[in-house]
Amino acid sequence: MERLIFIVDSTLRDGSHAVSHQLNADQVRGYAQRAELANIPLVMVGHGNGLGASSLQLGRSKLPDREMLAIARQELKRSKLGAFLIPGFGTIKNDIGPAIDAGIDALMIACHCTEANITRQHLQYAASRGVATYGVLMMTHMATAGELLEQAKLMESYGVQGVLLMDSAGAYLQRDVAEKVGTLVSGLRTAVGFHPHNNLGLAVANSVAAVEAGASIIDGTARGFGAGAGNVQLEVAIAVLHRLGYQTGVDLYRLMDAAEYVAREVMKKPITIDAVTLTSGLAGVFSGFAPHAIRAAERFDVDVRDILMELGRRKAVGGQEDLILDVAMNLKQKKGQRPEDFQLESLS
Amino acid sequence: MSNQGTHNKIPVAIIGTGNIGSDLLVKVLRSPYLTCAMFTGQHPDSPGIARARELNIPTSADSIAAIERNPGCCDIVFDATTAEAHRRHAPILARLKKFAIDMTPSQAGGMCVPLLNLDDSIAKQNVNMVTCGGQANAPIARAIMAVHPDTQYMEVISSIASKSAGIGTRNNIDEYTQTTSDGIRALAGVPQVKTIIILNPADPPYLMHNTLYAEIKQPDLPALERSVKDTVEKIREYVPGFKLLYGPVQESGRVTTITEVVGRGDYLPTYAGNLDIINCAAVAVAERYAKKKLGLA
Repeated sequence: MERLIFIVDSTLRDGSHAVSHQLNADQVRGYAQRAELANIPLVMVGHGNGLGASSLQLGRSKLPDREMLAIARQELKRSKLGAFLIPGFGTIKNDIGPAIDAGIDALMIACHCTEANITRQHLQYAASRGVATYGVLMMTHMATAGELLEQAKLMESYGVQGVLLMDSAGAYLQRDVAEKVGTLVSGLRTAVGFHPHNNLGLAVANSVAAVEAGASIIDGTARGFGAGAGNVQLEVAIAVLHRLGYQTGVDLYRLMDAAEYVAREVMKKPITIDAVTLTSGLAGVFSGFAPHAIRAAERFDVDVRDILMELGRRKAVGGQEDLILDVAMNLKQKKGQRPEDFQLESLS
Repeated sequence: MSNQGTHNKIPVAIIGTGNIGSDLLVKVLRSPYLTCAMFTGQHPDSPGIARARELNIPTSADSIAAIERNPGCCDIVFDATTAEAHRRHAPILARLKKFAIDMTPSQAGGMCVPLLNLDDSIAKQNVNMVTCGGQANAPIARAIMAVHPDTQYMEVISSIASKSAGIGTRNNIDEYTQTTSDGIRALAGVPQVKTIIILNPADPPYLMHNTLYAEIKQPDLPALERSVKDTVEKIREYVPGFKLLYGPVQESGRVTTITEVVGRGDYLPTYAGNLDIINCAAVAVAERYAKKKLGLA
């Protein structure tokens, strides 16, 4: 029962969705110092959607990725510094090369859960430059356990040190975690990780379910800082894992301090499950869509929940924020004709 | 040129028998100015090769070596392999004096979007067709620059159906992203361009969907609408399935224009508009070259 669980802290990456990617230099430095004190094994830094994702589509970062990485690099000694990239968003030349030059120790390459072969170029490039690599499958509630294993095996063949399943929409139930993580653990030689979101209030329970199914990497954020209903609240998940007898090497008190710092100095409002984020989880929509959907709903005077449910039906994937506009316009047009058809009928 | 009632056709070779090459073959066979003299790849058992054989097209599994052995077979070579392979093929095709139309994002030759630089392009020996995202968005970007030449930043988001992205595209996803930005910057004259490429596996598959954002503080929307609509009509002359879905509209300091491409369903079904737009563009280049060579232009 004393298995070591490798903790990935995405507060300075995925967390920044919650402040529309507006983390400033003091916040990056302040959190990195505290993560170092807490002995976090791997601290992820950069735009919320990864390197090179600062854009009109996804939101511009306050600080360029390379500045965020440079600041964090100065503060992290025992803790490793990691970056994240989705192929098609950033490129090797513009983003991965400069991040490696800035001194990252690890790189996660992520893609929609059925598209693993678009990560090969980037994973192999990073490995050739001596960086530890991880593959990340996103929106994994949309694929079966068997499909995920097939995709994870491709990533394994590209030489990764681990494959993480993301519950990007916060849509998993514990039994989904057990089945999908368990399938990867028995089918892969490489480590398996899980990255939960909390739309259905299950992020901590799902982290435990993942570890009990054999996962050895848990990826979360301090205070659950993140898109929509937030990520798994790392200090809580770690406390529970310690109670269950797992080791993480993390100093829990210091991590609590880091989480208090986030609540005090970084968050604009508490991370909570509200009508929008709960609907988002039920619809199986990427958590980062929520703020864009809220804006579109106001602009077109439609119910944001209708937008989210329709995005779920259309099987939108991460990065397709421009579809929100299409959907909101269509709902607006249809609303003029038959408003009764759009009263959350799909929630039933 | 001898005229046997009608004009002759210019023989072309296609290297690469995947989605792009197989769709190109259909379009070449439909052309009044082109004929396919060689369809060559690496996999003797590929579905593309089997289909070409059924159509009685000469095939080979020796890739570019089939053209090196019989250089007289063609005047034009479409290279639908990968960026890496085309960088090896480019000097060979130059030595053989073939007009090379590069379908990969290698940028080995001069970048071409027919609406923007067709005549300049056929004077070159090697023409790069940028990417499907470049073909769909560069003309729209140019139409916006024509109205607001001081625009500093544009962004394109191209979503394509996973089924329409073959292994070549996937192996080149990084060059694809980079070359789309480079092509729009160079051909539309936009100082800074950001590209986002999304593969969506939804079934039934999505049509190719392009969103272009331009940062313009005080846009002249009526003029933009005229310019964009005029451009869309011109693209439709060689890509019939191209259409304006939405815009140009202004919201929060940016002008948004959304386009969609319905494919002709030549090799893959109609969702694969991304194949159509780059292949229609490439065939337009080949036909212009052929007409000139046939003395018809």
